[in-house]
Amino acid sequence: MSNVIGIGAAPKRKEDQRFLTGRGNYVSDIKIPGMTAGVFVRSPHGHAVLRGIDKTAALALPGVIAILTGEDVAADGLGTLPCGWGISNAQGVPMKEPPFPVLAQGKVRFVGDMVALVIAETPEQANAAADLLDIDYEVLPAVVGVLDAVAPGAPQLFDDIPNNICCDWELGDKAAVEAAFRKAAHIAKLSLVNNRLIGNPMEPRAAVADYNPGTGQHALWTTSQFPHVVRTLMSGLVLKVPEHKVRVVAPDVGGGFGVKQFHYGEEAALAWAAKRVMRPVKWVASRSEGYLSDRHGRDHVTEAELALDETGKFLAFRVKTLANMGGYLSTFGPNIPTNLYAPLLGGVYTTPAIYCNVKVVFTNTVPVDAYRGAGRPEATFVLERMVDVAAAEMGIDRVEIRRRNMIPKEAYPYQTPVLVQYDSGDPMGCLDGALAAADVAGFGARKAESARRGKFRGLGYSTYVEACGLAPSRFAGRLGARGGLYESATVRVHPGGQVTVLIGTHNHGQGHETTFAQIVSEKLGVAFDNVDIVFGDTDRVQFGMGTYGSRSLVVGGAALSKAADKVIVKGKKIAAHLLETSEQDIHFEAGKFSVAGTDRVKTFEEIAGAAYVPHNYPLEVLEPGLEEQAYYDPVNFTYPGGCHICEVEIDPETGVVQLLNYTAVDDVGTVINPMIVEGQLHGGIVQGVGQALFENAVYDDGSGQLLSGSLMDYCMPRADHMPMMNIATHSTLCTHTPMGVKGCGEVGTIGSPAAVINAVVDALSHLGVTHVDMPATPNRIWRLLQNASLPIAAE
Amino acid sequence: MKSFAYHQPSQVPEAARLLGALEDSKIVAGGMTLIPTLKQRLAAPPALIDLSKLPGLSGIKDEGPTITIGAMTRHADVARSAMLAERLPALATLASLIGDPAVRNRGTIGGSVANNDPSADYPAAVLGLGATVVTNIRDIPADQYFVGLFETALQPGEIITAIRFPVPLKAGYAKFKAPASRYALVGVFVAQFTDGVRVAVTGAGPGVFRVPPMEQALAQHFDPSAIAAIKIDTEGLTSDIHAEADYRAHLVTVMAKRAVDAALS
Repeated sequence: MSNVIGIGAAPKRKEDQRFLTGRGNYVSDIKIPGMTAGVFVRSPHGHAVLRGIDKTAALALPGVIAILTGEDVAADGLGTLPCGWGISNAQGVPMKEPPFPVLAQGKVRFVGDMVALVIAETPEQANAAADLLDIDYEVLPAVVGVLDAVAPGAPQLFDDIPNNICCDWELGDKAAVEAAFRKAAHIAKLSLVNNRLIGNPMEPRAAVADYNPGTGQHALWTTSQFPHVVRTLMSGLVLKVPEHKVRVVAPDVGGGFGVKQFHYGEEAALAWAAKRVMRPVKWVASRSEGYLSDRHGRDHVTEAELALDETGKFLAFRVKTLANMGGYLSTFGPNIPTNLYAPLLGGVYTTPAIYCNVKVVFTNTVPVDAYRGAGRPEATFVLERMVDVAAAEMGIDRVEIRRRNMIPKEAYPYQTPVLVQYDSGDPMGCLDGALAAADVAGFGARKAESARRGKFRGLGYSTYVEACGLAPSRFAGRLGARGGLYESATVRVHPGGQVTVLIGTHNHGQGHETTFAQIVSEKLGVAFDNVDIVFGDTDRVQFGMGTYGSRSLVVGGAALSKAADKVIVKGKKIAAHLLETSEQDIHFEAGKFSVAGTDRVKTFEEIAGAAYVPHNYPLEVLEPGLEEQAYYDPVNFTYPGGCHICEVEIDPETGVVQLLNYTAVDDVGTVINPMIVEGQLHGGIVQGVGQALFENAVYDDGSGQLLSGSLMDYCMPRADHMPMMNIATHSTLCTHTPMGVKGCGEVGTIGSPAAVINAVVDALSHLGVTHVDMPATPNRIWRLLQNASLPIAAE
Repeated sequence: MKSFAYHQPSQVPEAARLLGALEDSKIVAGGMTLIPTLKQRLAAPPALIDLSKLPGLSGIKDEGPTITIGAMTRHADVARSAMLAERLPALATLASLIGDPAVRNRGTIGGSVANNDPSADYPAAVLGLGATVVTNIRDIPADQYFVGLFETALQPGEIITAIRFPVPLKAGYAKFKAPASRYALVGVFVAQFTDGVRVAVTGAGPGVFRVPPMEQALAQHFDPSAIAAIKIDTEGLTSDIHAEADYRAHLVTVMAKRAVDAALS
């Protein structure tokens, strides 16, 4: 059949036709007759008692329809924002789970905490009313850092949560680790900070809510990565309305990176308010509002110790981390620095004993949750920095120490001491590939050339693995997940043989409409142009858990593959009837059902036609129509990984770190569309470089003000920061996903920060520098050089 | 953004009259600072007076010993002026380093100089070249023009119409961009004239300032080595989440050396 574009091809992205011609349909494009404007009034204080709100003056302004506060939320009996994970300490004591009201009640706990929703005819009128809202705050001292938050005498966010500790969590065999440390030939130690990040999807968050009193139906258009989950959480737990009376639509969404994979208070507040005022309400965040309300990422303070024998073999790894949760628990909050962190501390190494303790801590900051990579970049950074520190201390080459500890390809499947079992992988192969691609052999000459120009050149490695394809539901349930993590897909074959796929994942930049169409085109032999992918609307798509955790292809693609298989099975039955043979004799390949060993053939279109015009059809045993659905729950995580090598040059006069070369050889399993995979790696790597060199969310202690409150102060990586990247794949096939895929959305972000910082430290190692915290800004590098008492080269 | 009255006068005197008559009104030149401020609701002037239709305020004129640039001349036009590339390339370079292409195509020299952002680039050139700020009522020498943080010698109702730059023997500008905003974390403009050298620093403190010890050293010997050992006092320099005062002080010396290098190359 013509125009089959299957697995391994790199067609241009289907969705770009509408994006690049301005035909996308984003939440802020949505207009409903009678629509009003909603503006959220947010706390200007990091920590304060909310003593009272006087609406009088604001309500008197023209165009103001309603001003809703926490009191109204309470009066209407709304539930609080749910946390999707419940973790426990080693004794099984559940985490402290304070209520997270839709609008603040009694207290505000971070700058940006929502205090009121103002609804007016226009945004200007709503803003004017917001300005006039008289809110009486009793300002309290705010605490923003985890070390300060757990210190004696720290401001307490919640009366019943001593020392602001949500959960004192642990994983691993503490006794075995201690025993290994006692017999270690060398113990390497490292203290580090994993800097707090703010996600920056191109499109800020937005939502439009509507209510139809005639049907009792709520509708919510929202910038979400998982509309069905928003519907489930919001309807049942917050609004307390039946789920079938709520429609949630996430139309075109301009990027997510995790920021849009939570159920936000704005969504529930708008849906509730639309019913109260009996008018549609629209809210669109500004970038600055997003900085104060989008969930942030990372923010760890960690101490790590690695025990080694005299040959540099890792005996045990011990990690203690304080993880910032912000002012409340967000949807996945407590899961990220625990279940998505500690199980990755084995990395690609055979370390036999690992223990990790994580204190999950409340502070007066925006709630912290998943951000691209989510826990796994933090784990990779600790481990890969630790390996470099140990290598330096023991005088072992950094590549050699990795080789000595790497899991050999033959040892897979490999059970780590921290829950996870890697099904497949070849870290040594990725390392060898990257060493060649990065011309590591020529590095010495390049370093000498830099030195002649007065510059310091460094090389950094990160050999890493991550857990993707979230997630096997039963396993996740044991770890505290309160929901399932499967995915669903429907393959709807139309009478003409074209296909519409209804899938529960959400495409917001990943190219699903292309990748998934390739899968269908390959499996069913249908033209690529005759496959459309539908997602993001709970009224159209059966169900789904959405897109995050590099799960869309791994879990959603598997559901799609299964559904397509069911279509083939039914098609064979129809073909057998039409070709007057038995089902077992029908062979399906490249869009043709044929009788094995003959030239008798029915095309896919003919079978579809027969299914919908069932005149000659086995109606007694087979339903008409050709539409199949599958749910897929993965049996394990997938474990992409690889080797990243970064080469930097530092100007000692200014402290500027320049990226010169970046090489990544990754094992992402089967590649469906190499162009899209490369794009995912490019973006992910740049995001990791952003964390390593530029990005830092900074709060002012005491006041809790966000100092990096806009793009003028929060430094995103830009095109001119990056060299051309050298990207390759070295894939082993996942043994348990239908197509051998592993996922690639987060690998770049997970592997890269350690590679960059290891390169920076390498460039400065001759000065005695052993660690550089992220972001490695010019000021920070210069300070290190000052402290190293380097005679700064004056020309 | 709150609502405001919008005026687009066609003559400078009319613009000045409106500015005097309309209380708390603001001038819009390129709007690169004002419009974001309005959008963030940080300012809500009742009236805006748009200068874009005033005749004769745009353009770059070579007058021999001086070059005059109209107040409404866009950064992009300064950056790509062939005449400046020949006669005063440091100024074209400086303009090419402002913001991004969108900013350079909208922002104006008059707007930048009137706003006097402590991290803006143009103030370094105006002070470093000892330029004259020409307004609708008088000429203001650069040394008297920059008063403090966002503060200038401009009086209410006074509108900048042009900046007149003396043409130096040599000049150079070196900018260390703030990583996020790409304003000058530290920018140094160095200009050599027959009667002396001027060194002006932007970004490092609450306003652009000169560095007399560097000027004296460079007057003796116009070479980076002449100022390599001159350190700037950190007193009064800006300290923020991007750069501490001592780092900024260090960068002043580094950027001054690089500006001299640029002037010599």
